[in-house]
Amino acid sequence: MARYEKGADVDTFDAHSASGRPTRHGQGPAFLIALVAVAVVCSVALGTKTLTIPQVWHGLWNPTGTEGDVIVRSLRLPRTCLALVTGVALGVAGVLMQGHTRNPIADPVLLGVSAGAGLFVVAGIFLLGITTLHGYVWFGFLGAMLAGVVVFAVGRSARGGASPITLALGGAAAHALFGALTAAMLVLDERALDVYRFWTVGSVGGRPADITYDMLPFVVVGLVLAAANASTLNALSMGEDVARALGVRVGLGRLTGMLAITLLTGVAVAACGPIGFVGLMAAHIARARVGPDHRRMLLQAGLLGAILLLGADILGRLVARPGELPAGIMLAFVGAPVFIHLVRRRRSARL
Amino acid sequence: MKAVRRPRPSTAASEPATANRASLGRDGGVGGIALRVGPLSARCRPRVLLVPCVVVLALITAFIVGVAHGDVPIPALDVVRILLGGGNAVDRMIVIEFRLPRVVVGAAVGAALGLSGAIVQGIARNPLASPEILGVTSGAAVGAVSVIVLGGSYGAVGGHLARIGIPSAAIVGGLTAAAAVYLLALRGGLSGNRVLLVGIGIQALLSSLVSWLLIKASIVDAGRAIVWLTGSLNAATWDDAVAVTPALALALPAMSMLSFPFGALNFDDDTAGALGVRLDAARSMLLLTAVVLTATATAAAGPIAFVALVSPQLALRLLRTATPPLLTSALLGAALTIWADVLGRTAFGDKQLPVGILTAALGAPYLMYLLVRSGKTHGR
Repeated sequence: MARYEKGADVDTFDAHSASGRPTRHGQGPAFLIALVAVAVVCSVALGTKTLTIPQVWHGLWNPTGTEGDVIVRSLRLPRTCLALVTGVALGVAGVLMQGHTRNPIADPVLLGVSAGAGLFVVAGIFLLGITTLHGYVWFGFLGAMLAGVVVFAVGRSARGGASPITLALGGAAAHALFGALTAAMLVLDERALDVYRFWTVGSVGGRPADITYDMLPFVVVGLVLAAANASTLNALSMGEDVARALGVRVGLGRLTGMLAITLLTGVAVAACGPIGFVGLMAAHIARARVGPDHRRMLLQAGLLGAILLLGADILGRLVARPGELPAGIMLAFVGAPVFIHLVRRRRSARL
Repeated sequence: MKAVRRPRPSTAASEPATANRASLGRDGGVGGIALRVGPLSARCRPRVLLVPCVVVLALITAFIVGVAHGDVPIPALDVVRILLGGGNAVDRMIVIEFRLPRVVVGAAVGAALGLSGAIVQGIARNPLASPEILGVTSGAAVGAVSVIVLGGSYGAVGGHLARIGIPSAAIVGGLTAAAAVYLLALRGGLSGNRVLLVGIGIQALLSSLVSWLLIKASIVDAGRAIVWLTGSLNAATWDDAVAVTPALALALPAMSMLSFPFGALNFDDDTAGALGVRLDAARSMLLLTAVVLTATATAAAGPIAFVALVSPQLALRLLRTATPPLLTSALLGAALTIWADVLGRTAFGDKQLPVGILTAALGAPYLMYLLVRSGKTHGR
């Protein structure tokens, strides 16, 4: 506990309560829910093509097939839904990943999970000739699961539950391995390259409209498992021995967590491509807001993930008119500095 | 004069106080035969002489096989004859103009990567570090891919932009990224782990930049960029060799000057300081050397993954030394690169894979093995 008090997170709380700002118990989810609502409205209303509020309203409630109606109904609404669902999934997965690895830098993209999904997507295109997103989403899912298992196995077999550096290097190794195999197929097949390069940039735009429905069952199951896992994670954060002494079934808890992580990241990465740093940032902001209780963190991180992804998507549409910057790139530009800041802190938060 | 077998070291000075200890050989890395003449004594280890000789032999074999193999097979004996100045005119032309540059560039790039890998692993005191993680490679990738994508269809420009523009953009990008990592990781001194983690962050940022450039490009340019990004010797010419060799030629004397601080850095900071090494100055100079080597190598052939990570580790195990041996790592890097290239050209029938794919596919599992193994030995 002594070392935890040196962590900047805890310092921030103390500073907050001293200066009269709300303490960790006061930061309920209401503010975040309001932000999500604002982000959803902005995401429907703003975009490359400027639409007036009446036009958007018209498109939402009584569409007659005008240009504005088509844009709102077949472009903006689907990508808003997709960003919402993916953001929640990635935010929750980020908390689970950091909790289970007890590692402040855990994130699906940094740990090579997305590279595994990429390999299987390309294999689907290259070996089986599948070119529709509906077809190769399943391959991405499979690949993400495989990569997740590999990275966790490497991470766990190294010194007592993986130091940040071991896990990061394991992720880098997985990234390189899957990346090389992917590149081997891309070099030989231009068609696979043409599909792959649009997938790998990580975006919620340009995906089929009904992809969100396909994702929903997986996300719902993943979220239920995550919720069931929360109190186990609280116990596990005190170490496996303490958790066991408290009557937690550690093996079952780990399994549930792993399953939830692969379901959530796998389906998100398969649908949108590798969108990094959402999970990382959502988990850290959530911890800063509500402290180490995983039940509260999971809820907040889910909302934060949605806000981050929606925000990045909207911003990407606005900064590069008339084109747009994919959300994955916007997030890398915001997220990488956050990551570096976490690393630079004198003593990184121990989990 | 008498020869004494030294079974195990007892002095503190011969025992490295670092993580590298875990990767030493069974005999603790020292031992060998002590030669004593009156007050003078020296330690002679046959391994230190023998292993580099074997590696040189492997390198020469790789060289000859690499030159001999191709669409027009040339017998190994003829290759030797041509290299010594004989042979018939046609074979001579094939060897000198087409085959030799590829092998020479492969050797130079491999040597540069092996050397810089040894330096970085020594500084980081971490057997898992590699210069790729310093951001050099991804910075170089951003530079090169921007030229390929934004420089128009470079084949049409007449090749100058391609031949000079891509390597120079790669060097500039690599050095810039490394400088960024260095400055961000510098916070009251350099810590090995912080450098690595900041490097991973910068790498993530830069690779997303590359993937954005890829969707901006035409499919033809994207294809070219992918080939460059995997690291390939396919298009190697004498120009590339001319670019890498000076860097290597400059680095070798620099390293011989820096070899004492390099050895001392393997101890903990206090010990190294007590030995009279100015820690941050020594680290910065060594890092600079490593970065220049990696950047020039990457500029010549693209990022050839894991050579820099694997060769020092193999050299360390073969020689059973405490620090990554510099010369042997360089030689081993050269040999590994050429062998991987030969494998990529021959192992898959009529499909030729770039050398970087082979090295990554073989090197990544090795890194995972090292990770798992380091956990087992430290086991806590």
